[in-house]
Amino acid sequence: MKTTQILFAGFGGQGILFSGKFLAYKGLIEELQVSWLPSYGPEMRGGTANCNVILSDTPVGSPIITTPDVLVAMNLPSLQKYVGTVAPGGQIYVDSSLINAKVERDDVQVFYIPATQMAKDEGIVSLANMIIVGHLLENHSELSFDGVNEVVEKLVPPKKAVLKELNIKALTLGKCYGK
Amino acid sequence: MAERILMKGNEAIAEAAIRAGCRHYFGYPITPQTEIAAYMAKKMPKIGGVFLQAESEIASINMVYGAAAAGMRVMTSSSSPGISLKAEGLSYIAGSDVPALVVNVQRGGPGLGGIQPSQSDYFQATKGGGHGDYRMIVLAPASVQEMASLTIKGFDLADKYLMTSMILADGTIGQMMEPITFEDAEIKTYDKPWALTGTECKRPHNVVNSLYLKPDELEKKNFERYEKYEQIEKNEAMWEDYMMDDAEICVVAFGIASRVAKNAVMTARSEGIKVGLIRPITLWPFPKAAFEAVSDRVRAYVSVELNMGQMIEDVRLATKCSAPVTLCNRTGGMIPSPDEILDSIRNAQKGVL
Repeated sequence: MKTTQILFAGFGGQGILFSGKFLAYKGLIEELQVSWLPSYGPEMRGGTANCNVILSDTPVGSPIITTPDVLVAMNLPSLQKYVGTVAPGGQIYVDSSLINAKVERDDVQVFYIPATQMAKDEGIVSLANMIIVGHLLENHSELSFDGVNEVVEKLVPPKKAVLKELNIKALTLGKCYGK
Repeated sequence: MAERILMKGNEAIAEAAIRAGCRHYFGYPITPQTEIAAYMAKKMPKIGGVFLQAESEIASINMVYGAAAAGMRVMTSSSSPGISLKAEGLSYIAGSDVPALVVNVQRGGPGLGGIQPSQSDYFQATKGGGHGDYRMIVLAPASVQEMASLTIKGFDLADKYLMTSMILADGTIGQMMEPITFEDAEIKTYDKPWALTGTECKRPHNVVNSLYLKPDELEKKNFERYEKYEQIEKNEAMWEDYMMDDAEICVVAFGIASRVAKNAVMTARSEGIKVGLIRPITLWPFPKAAFEAVSDRVRAYVSVELNMGQMIEDVRLATKCSAPVTLCNRTGGMIPSPDEILDSIRNAQKGVL
């Protein structure tokens, strides 16, 4: 049984829920079992937001993640809150342009990506999240970058067609980062 | 096969209701169920239906009462404090024997409480809420797919028995997205000769009312209603057995709690503990037969609930106290982790060795 539990966490407005939705739709297209659970509390109104995504080849039990295999942290409070919960052998993706701290664990794999800075440099400020998603898809053994076009096609509404290309651009930047 | 689509639990309820032929929705917004109203607001005008945001919960339940009396498939939805406001109307609807679907996407209470998921309206849903001798059929979905299928089932049962069906969900199932398919569900329709549709001077007046000033008449009505309830208890109980074939420890949980409990049951099984799960799908009628079937074998029960222990009373009644029943619970919007449930399973196992 292969199950990947991914926790996205950051500020409201950073596209945390959209990032989760992207992976959930990717799983749907790949005919996996999928669950997507957003935080919906007062934290959504300006504080921290998070999103639990589970992809599995068997039915998903609890949609609530207590021990993520992957943590995507897009601000310092999120990293501090969840760094200890990541499963040994898991991965942590850190937006290093917003988070100065280093992860002090040696039983997890850590990726530092200056996603927010990269997005600014490319003029796609709101798509730092998708840069990290691109890097995650490329670097996680259970996930794959293939098929992102189809997901973008499905998720970006026709009225905002211009965003399709920009999302692909952000995903590709993330994929190629560090290579 | 029908296409798999990703949907929030709340949206699945709304879409399923429309597919079941519901064309009248009355509600008032409250977290965490507002997506139901939003979906209805978008869809109903396009299909000739009615979406109306009432001035209050009390108004909306009375609009439901009116549309139901006119023979329409009708629903409302709310979350815990809003359901308390609707309680008077629920009692009137019960006393008038008209069908309606009411959704409660529960949040923590009492009072305004919080907005995080909870199951603390179990008593309110299964034992009353409003005044008087009455019951509601209470359905407890544990997945987005069931949010849809039980909505369709709920309308059917409401029409079949002329009473309220309640979907008792919680904030997690309402807010989460999962893949769902809308198979071409069979939608049954029912003749409603009692409905207030206008006589056109061709038949005597129909009256829908819950007022009976003569005590013998009211008593007779109540007796009749309870004969109906007895039939429902006999025929409509639903539950899921999970790894119960050889189980000696039995976890009992519904809705989101059952999802977490399944994880714990699986881990406990890998430790060699013979444990299974009974998941009531109807909370009323409570699936007593599920417990009768295993009472010879099960040596301890663990009731897992997001409240201070409400369903546990029905578990004790259904098991006739044949084995100890312990409680594993969180409340106020907190959800137990699989490990907390696992500990309760281990303790139950120790207790019976």
